Amino acid sequence: MVNSEVSGDGVICAEHLTRRFGDVVALNDVSLSVPRSAIFGMLGPNGSGKSTLIRILCGVLRPTSGTGSVLGIDVRADPEGIKRRIGYMSQKFSLYGDLSVMENLEFYARIYGLTPERQKEREAAVLALTGVGAYANRLARNLSGGWKQRLALACAIIHEPEVIFLDEPTAGIDPVARRELWDLLFELSHRGVTMFVTTHYMDEAERCTHVGYIYLGKLIVSGRPDELKGLAEVTPAGTRRYEVSCAAPAAALSRARAMVGVRDATMFGTALHVMVDEGVSEAALLAAIAPGDGAASARPIAPTLEDVFVLMSRRQGAAA
Amino acid sequence: MNGFWAVLWKEFAHLRRERMTLFFALIVPSLQLTIFGYAIRVTIENIPTVVLDLDGRQDSRRLVEALEATKTFKVRERVTDFDSFRRSIAAGRAKVGVLIPANYSERLLRREQAAVQVLIDGSDSQVATTAQNTVGLLVTQLSIQRGKAMAESIQAAVARTEEGRLAMPIDARTRLLFNPALESSHFFVPGLVAIILQLVLLFLTSFSIVREREQGTLEQLFVTPVGRAGLMFGKLVPYTLLAMGELLLVLVLMVGLFDVPIHGNLGLLFGLSGLFIVTVLGLGLLISTIAQTQLQALQFSFLVMLPSVLLSGFMFPRSEMPLPIYAISTVLPVTYFVEILRGVILRGADFADIAPSVLGLGVCCVAILTFSLTRFRKQLD
Repeated sequence: MVNSEVSGDGVICAEHLTRRFGDVVALNDVSLSVPRSAIFGMLGPNGSGKSTLIRILCGVLRPTSGTGSVLGIDVRADPEGIKRRIGYMSQKFSLYGDLSVMENLEFYARIYGLTPERQKEREAAVLALTGVGAYANRLARNLSGGWKQRLALACAIIHEPEVIFLDEPTAGIDPVARRELWDLLFELSHRGVTMFVTTHYMDEAERCTHVGYIYLGKLIVSGRPDELKGLAEVTPAGTRRYEVSCAAPAAALSRARAMVGVRDATMFGTALHVMVDEGVSEAALLAAIAPGDGAASARPIAPTLEDVFVLMSRRQGAAA
Repeated sequence: MNGFWAVLWKEFAHLRRERMTLFFALIVPSLQLTIFGYAIRVTIENIPTVVLDLDGRQDSRRLVEALEATKTFKVRERVTDFDSFRRSIAAGRAKVGVLIPANYSERLLRREQAAVQVLIDGSDSQVATTAQNTVGLLVTQLSIQRGKAMAESIQAAVARTEEGRLAMPIDARTRLLFNPALESSHFFVPGLVAIILQLVLLFLTSFSIVREREQGTLEQLFVTPVGRAGLMFGKLVPYTLLAMGELLLVLVLMVGLFDVPIHGNLGLLFGLSGLFIVTVLGLGLLISTIAQTQLQALQFSFLVMLPSVLLSGFMFPRSEMPLPIYAISTVLPVTYFVEILRGVILRGADFADIAPSVLGLGVCCVAILTFSLTRFRKQLD
């Protein structure tokens, strides 16, 4: 368990959170802390406990043991108090398709009990931020995927929450819309909003100020991306990482895995990421895994977050 | 009750947008009432009849005329040989066959008993029973007429009226209360009002909640400060209002189209209808806690509707039911509401008259609401 930052003064705090459903341990002793205006990216396979963690922190689900708090409010003591001050946006479009964009916004404004003046002011603010005002009278179900997610975000922030939970907000939308949504999240972060995002995309994880990786209910690693990449477990002393470009990467991969001195080898697109002992030179590596390929090249690289997560979950698997 | 007004407003917005819901809630019941009200007639008339009159003289013709005069029988065929007679019944063209023997008139004249053979197709028991009873009654009346004529001629009588006319020794004076014309629609239509009200309400409420679960909006609502009570009442109140409108509409149709007068107190009628509506909303809520998809909600609703139609006393009298079936009918809220409606509308019953049914409905209401609210609350946790 590597956890670089556990302290009680975060906006979102979890200490030894555990949740069981019958015999199944959905969440196993998870501790984390997210500071103000951070974007915390939580990664992990489906069913690893991401949604359970979010539901506990949102005050919807009670933990079996451990404590959690959001904005200093305990999740057990006052879940309703938390709900008033957070926003939530789910992975699937969960607004009312038969209501118009404005009607959806108005509904959530009423749910959060905004006064009419405040409602007007906030509607103007979220429309300006998300741009959904262009489709004010369109039925929500007739919006494209990206605009649906913008509307969902607009509804989630209508009451100006200090914390937003986003459960796979970009699942299934196109790359342009994905980038635009992230731009919105950064904008919110600049305004001091703290965000907790789950995602499957590594490039999204790289954009977060903090990341965590959850596997089989356990938080395997969490911290700032650069800290994690610098962890000794990720690049052990006496090893180096190279990116190898060659004509036949698939063949090179199987050769690399068989080669003495290679600790790890994985495909990254058309290139190969290999971790080798310091004693193995670039030339020796290329000669061994891409023989006769004059155009093959190797360059030293820093580990990516994917490297971190793959390595850490393997270690976890081996330990278990 | 946090969020009640927000949810209420939203439900009305849904109703405004989804015209099908309004169509389903208001137009469909009116159509159902009209169609069913006309279709369900239990008075059996015009049974197709075949006649083989081998006698053909005045007395036998008079018998056939008398048969037709009852309106129960309609002579469709007159045949001259036994083979066509038998074939007509076997083919189903006639449900009743009347065979008058060649010596019918002669035997009557000779004061011997004349036999008329009546063949009845027993496959539809109700039609067959009616035919049997009517023929029996008719023949008795014709016999009495002959008997009277005979008694007059010999100046003897078993009994006389006060004016000295020949009469039956015993006179049963029946008087039909509440529905003197014996219109079967008077009996069926109030029950139909209850059935239609339950049908529409059950589907609308269970669908409206399950739809939110299916869409994921329910999950979204749980992370907002909306309270359980606010969510539930915000969803149920619009449908209660809709149901009241629907009730008014079908009652107007009942009075206007089927001429079924409301003899009882209107306030009592609407008050108890309100109790029934709340009970059915609770039932819809219960279904929505069990069903995960709208398809399942549909199936569960049918599961409730089927016994409601067949066992509530709406179609078949409960007094005829075997004990286990009768027991089932006592836990159906619609059973009590059908009795209440018939009591108040047809018999002008007041509260005291229908108190047992009101008590039954009240118990159902409390039990269903408690159970469904407990389940609903538990699911939100």
